[in-house]
Amino acid sequence: MPLPDKFGHFGPFGGRYVPETLMPALFELEEAYRHYKRDKVFKKELDFYFKTYVGRPTPLYPARQLSKKLGGHLKIYLKREDLTHTGAHKINNTIGQVLLAQKMGKKRIIAETGAGQHGVATATAAALLGLECIVYMGAKDTVRQEMNVFRMELLGAKVVPVYSGTQTLKDAINEAIRDWVTNVETTYYVIGSVVGPHPYPMMVRDFQSVIGKETRKQILTAEGRLPDVLIACVGGGSNAMGFFYPFVEDQMVKMIGVEAAGAGLDTDEHSATLTVGEPGVLHGMMTYLLQDKVGQIKGAHSVAPGLDYPGVGPEHAFFKETGRAEYVAVDDKEALSGFKLLSETEGIIPALESAHAVAYLANIAEKLPKGTIVVVNLSGRGDKDVAAVREYLRRKSDD
Amino acid sequence: MTRGAQAVEKAIREANKRGEAALIPFIEGGDPDFAATEDLLWALAEAGADVIELGFPFSDPLADGPIIQEAAQRALRHQPTIDQFLDLIARLRQEGFKVPVVIMGYLNPFFRYGLEAFAQNSHQSGLDGAIIPDLPLEEAKPWLKIARKHRLASILLAAPTTPSERLERIARSSTGFLYYVSITGITGTKEALPEELALKLDLAREVSPVPVAVGFGISKPEQVKALSPHADAIVVGSAIVKLIAEHEGEKSKLPEIVGRFVKELKEATRR
Ligand SMILES: Cc1ncc(COP(=O)(O)O)c(C=O)c1O
Repeated sequence: MPLPDKFGHFGPFGGRYVPETLMPALFELEEAYRHYKRDKVFKKELDFYFKTYVGRPTPLYPARQLSKKLGGHLKIYLKREDLTHTGAHKINNTIGQVLLAQKMGKKRIIAETGAGQHGVATATAAALLGLECIVYMGAKDTVRQEMNVFRMELLGAKVVPVYSGTQTLKDAINEAIRDWVTNVETTYYVIGSVVGPHPYPMMVRDFQSVIGKETRKQILTAEGRLPDVLIACVGGGSNAMGFFYPFVEDQMVKMIGVEAAGAGLDTDEHSATLTVGEPGVLHGMMTYLLQDKVGQIKGAHSVAPGLDYPGVGPEHAFFKETGRAEYVAVDDKEALSGFKLLSETEGIIPALESAHAVAYLANIAEKLPKGTIVVVNLSGRGDKDVAAVREYLRRKSDD
Repeated sequence: MTRGAQAVEKAIREANKRGEAALIPFIEGGDPDFAATEDLLWALAEAGADVIELGFPFSDPLADGPIIQEAAQRALRHQPTIDQFLDLIARLRQEGFKVPVVIMGYLNPFFRYGLEAFAQNSHQSGLDGAIIPDLPLEEAKPWLKIARKHRLASILLAAPTTPSERLERIARSSTGFLYYVSITGITGTKEALPEELALKLDLAREVSPVPVAVGFGISKPEQVKALSPHADAIVVGSAIVKLIAEHEGEKSKLPEIVGRFVKELKEATRR
């Protein structure tokens, strides 16, 4: 039976843990989504934007230099989501959701953003489809990601800094939910990952599944068989889920999600929710969370701003429990080596988030048997990160 | 002495029999500190509170406006635990504190504690029930079953967006009372209460087997007076929490200041 069930549960995870005020809106959203998912015109429009605007299909690139560098015994492919418009997979989801909002007759779009990537992708889709857009962003993040604030404003969005709590992504989500509770009749909330209450984890997964569907077709053409290993970074988990999902039934395809170990798993400075977190409820879902003994939510950390979240999509929690996917973590330092490795060997500067996946491949390459086909999902490009990386490397060389 | 759902419902019905709406003041536990909470609970009882709502602070209170968010932040400095809350209630009960107390908190801390253990220990300590704003009907089944077993009030919420057929189902599953959220919004909104509120409350009371309390955005005695004929109980939260925040520096005077305000509210409940 396909998951989630009708309550939005993936085994014990998922669900709709939200204030009653939002429940009717979630029912309405689910009904609209299930309708338009099968609607020919909607599918055609989405496909049109994917092809002509986002730049799909994105290439599946055989990374020969990287393969050589890692021992020459592997067939490494990169799924190039970094080549999409706005530079990351986030746009697949925002075009889908904003188009749905338009069909539902909603005039006002709200979103949360951490690093600003999802905010930019939402502002882009809202500009394209002519809807008002408000983006909530932790006050700390608005400072750290100043350029993305400006980008969103250029795109006509209003960025609202959030001063509550830790002033980062989780608080921006709280504030977006508060806005939605208040303006639910007129407003559509575009969540940026496979998180939140049902139907979001399912819907975002479906919109992002274009990544895995293309990969499947492309690898069959290139190699005549399915890949052995898929590797993707996991923040909320949307690029990984979209990449994995079309392979879920193919038991021989191993799926690995790479979380951010930040300053180390033995510190409080990481975002390795599945690796060391525990089940709980936040932002409308039952899932793994970073939390303390009494159930207060902890802050997250990663050098990659897009991985900096103390929760994770409930379907990943389910995959962890059933063993369908494996979840691991690499730290800031390893991620930076991944960043440099791909830049130097392939001339591709990856997003720091995606660099975690590259780094993990580098860690395990030696142990993989000869001829293994590995596909890494390159979720985004690193232009947004070059200034931060320069800063980081300078600080390290000063130490 | 009855406790639990029965005590909560009885306290409200008794107020109604006296020709009043019941008054349910809210304070955040541990704000500004735990000793103050104990004094404030006595002050609320003396001022005529019929039931008390005690907030358990959470790091991510997504149904709350700035006033209660900030109260939660102040309380979290003291790293509160559920056992600490239950111990306080147990002590108060031994000292003869009679007013029913329900805890209001987001699900995760209770889930982490274990719902069964929480219900059992609540029952033993004399806590009468819980309001969990991020646990809607569809997800509430396990909790409702556990709460029933330990005779605790499991208070569910209905909102202006709730269709009437759904409201009826929610009311039938709720024990102690049904919490009707007055506005489409978060706690502490300054906006005027919706015009159709009285009518909606009348309709809710027609279908609800348990008393109907109204809350969110009610801050003045005049509002209490206007709503009293239409609600079995009235919850006032942010207005009290704001008063506590404004007088954080004068802890010894807090019970008196808060008590005076709550007394005024209580007087306004007379129909
Ligand atoms: C390039 C990139 N990759 C990955 C992520 C992490 O999100 P998710 O795990 O939902 O794919 C982000 C988030 O901002 C991102 O910008």
